[in-house]
Amino acid sequence: MAIQVKEREHQDVETEQLMSGCEAIAEAIRLADVDVMAAYPIRPYDGVMQAAAKLIANGKMDVEYIVADGEHSQFEIVKHACAVGSRVFVGSSGVGWFYAFEAIAVTAGLRLPVVAICGNRALDDPGAFGTEHNDSLAVRDLGWLLPWAETAQEAMDLALMAWRVGEDKRVSLPVAIGLDGAFLTHSQQIVMVPTQAAVNKFLPKFDLGDRLLHPDNPITIAPQVDQDWLMEIRMQNDQAMRKAHDVITEAHADFKKLFGRGGDSPFLDEYMTDDAEFVFFGQGTLALPMKVAIRRLRKEGHKVGLVRLKWFRPFPTQEIVKSLSRFKAVGVIDRDYSFGSPYYGGVLYNEVRSALYSLDKRPTIVGFIAGLGGREIEQPMATDIFEKTKTAAGSIKSGDMTHWIGVRS
Amino acid sequence: MSDPKETSITVEVVYRGIFQKTLAQRICRSIVLAARKRGHTGTAFARYGDSPERNGVPAKQFAVVAINDLELEASMAKYEPAVVDVSIAVDDTLVKGVESWAWYGRQPIWKPVKKDGFVLVTSDKSPDDVLAQTDTAERPYSLVVVPGGASFAGLWVFKDDHTDYRVLGALAKIAPDWVRLDDVMALIKEQTKDESAVQSARYGYDAAKMRQVKAGEGTSGHEKLQFTKPGWTTMRTGIVVDARKPGERNPQYKKYTARTLRPVVNFDTCIKCTMCWLDCPDECFEVTPEGHYEVVYQACIGCGICAQVCPVKDCIVMVDELRFEDNEDKWQFWKKDRDGYNKWFEAKSGVSADPKVRTPAARQEGSGNANPSANPTSASGGDD
Repeated sequence: MAIQVKEREHQDVETEQLMSGCEAIAEAIRLADVDVMAAYPIRPYDGVMQAAAKLIANGKMDVEYIVADGEHSQFEIVKHACAVGSRVFVGSSGVGWFYAFEAIAVTAGLRLPVVAICGNRALDDPGAFGTEHNDSLAVRDLGWLLPWAETAQEAMDLALMAWRVGEDKRVSLPVAIGLDGAFLTHSQQIVMVPTQAAVNKFLPKFDLGDRLLHPDNPITIAPQVDQDWLMEIRMQNDQAMRKAHDVITEAHADFKKLFGRGGDSPFLDEYMTDDAEFVFFGQGTLALPMKVAIRRLRKEGHKVGLVRLKWFRPFPTQEIVKSLSRFKAVGVIDRDYSFGSPYYGGVLYNEVRSALYSLDKRPTIVGFIAGLGGREIEQPMATDIFEKTKTAAGSIKSGDMTHWIGVRS
Repeated sequence: MSDPKETSITVEVVYRGIFQKTLAQRICRSIVLAARKRGHTGTAFARYGDSPERNGVPAKQFAVVAINDLELEASMAKYEPAVVDVSIAVDDTLVKGVESWAWYGRQPIWKPVKKDGFVLVTSDKSPDDVLAQTDTAERPYSLVVVPGGASFAGLWVFKDDHTDYRVLGALAKIAPDWVRLDDVMALIKEQTKDESAVQSARYGYDAAKMRQVKAGEGTSGHEKLQFTKPGWTTMRTGIVVDARKPGERNPQYKKYTARTLRPVVNFDTCIKCTMCWLDCPDECFEVTPEGHYEVVYQACIGCGICAQVCPVKDCIVMVDELRFEDNEDKWQFWKKDRDGYNKWFEAKSGVSADPKVRTPAARQEGSGNANPSANPTSASGGDD
């Protein structure tokens, strides 16, 4: 098996452990030598809180661990700590994430590379714990980099990438890693944990340069401005997001060289697409049931594959154009909703369609909303998605609709 | 009364933030409502960037009146009018220039006024005296002086001294195609049921003094203060602004155009108690080699707190800003020529430099109500 070969190749730089997605993130906090983390409990993010507290209690990690009085303070604390030069970590879930929204917005505006996780959870009401991506996606326009993990291993790897990319002076933007509640945050998987020496090779020390808020470097940050200033400031953020694409590519190449993981593309994970006519497209843990379905459908003779998106922001437009234009039809599976949007589709569906709009030859793109609130995407649902995608192929217009999958009438 | 030759008229009211906000709003609203009486349409609005306003800092409100809705829209396509027909300054010291925000620079009062337009100023001074402190004109305009001192009130209150009625009367004189005196008087009658208010409009109409200003007239003595704003490639990243070094003042924002009165110091009676230096909210006082405190007029907004906290009678006197041509510090003057300085002090302030001589009660004619140092927004201030 390929993965065992990799273990042997890199056994001097890593050890194997069984851990949940939250524990993998806590390990990444330790390995990144984070200076300040702020915490406030909400499920499923609080798994990271507990795992990090345990590492501190066991003397394995030295970090300023501040328990805040709520998510707004929690995110403000790391924003300020970051401005004075600390490497920081923070996180939340669902409506807790929303309670921090003001701090989340200003962090991106201030170009402070806070690294967060959003343990994806349905927004209240009704109170629910299961995964939906609308909490993370709500910040999609603000200048946060938004990667999504599929496995505990990828959660750890993306976290290490997040500090490297976010703190890069060409980018200097916050990063929020999407972790599906339960499926990833609370499932224990085999994870290769890098050694400290290996991580030190990958992740340089955090340096804010001349933006460091310090008595020896007197500056004012975030003054009030009028209409004469905002567009230039927004333009700077836009440029930083554009540069993030190349910085991610560089970091991905270095990471792969050191640890042998991460796949061919930093942005897309393709599964059985070489000869595929139809593909599923989505992000996060829904890749797993879809891969199982693909293997089953291929036994029945269907040429089907999966394209999993790893970074939602920056949206890898050119990579997506290049990949998806090879197929007859794409079934975009959204674990989110965007009520009242074009064709009542999910967020991914409309972003993908927008990216492919100007192509002369483009696949039919059909929208699916599935797995909301942590509902499992079971094999009959996957088959249903495949059948609908295949049926729509050949007519662009037949993709102008969104199917809700596995919903009771 | 003829029909307008133009399709719209734009009027701006330049005023002192907070103290005159309600006044400016009333003038702008009344312009539209009076014009409405003869069938015109219009809108009144504030410059959004001026809010939240700060005490005394020059701010603007506007009234646009047009012959129909399409023309009104056409003249509103730019939110802040770049060109106005009439600029109304409701405090005569505003003619020394307008600096509303950092990087705004110091703008001549006539800057947006079109050729042959009007600058209308409320003042007790003659048009020549007002013009003497106005920047050199680049194009001809008419300077109109409406008798009266600057009317100051607080944030939630309005000082009804009929300034708005006098201004509306004067406006009817210079823009009768748009605002007729009869309509102004009828409007005020409806609004106030007060005949004296109606007569104030007529007084403004009758007493307004007009002077044609040719290009080249005015003073060239005011500081040029203009900036080129940085672009996204030259701006610092992350909304970062260089902090000022200790003792350094903000080069992009001087704020002295917020001043209606300026503090003048009698160095002979100063007891060097530090109160002015301690309490000045803008850190305007510099310590001299002999321990005196001299005002840096480049930074002083004329709030008057120094004069209020000074324990020595008439040691710091607040004086009408329009009596001064420059922003130079004055301690050197006193150091070199005490007698000369004291004569200058007496001439400007109307106060004897000798503390043994009793000072006349009315030491500042014409500026009795123009005193933000009796700050109506403070607890001790009245709301009239």
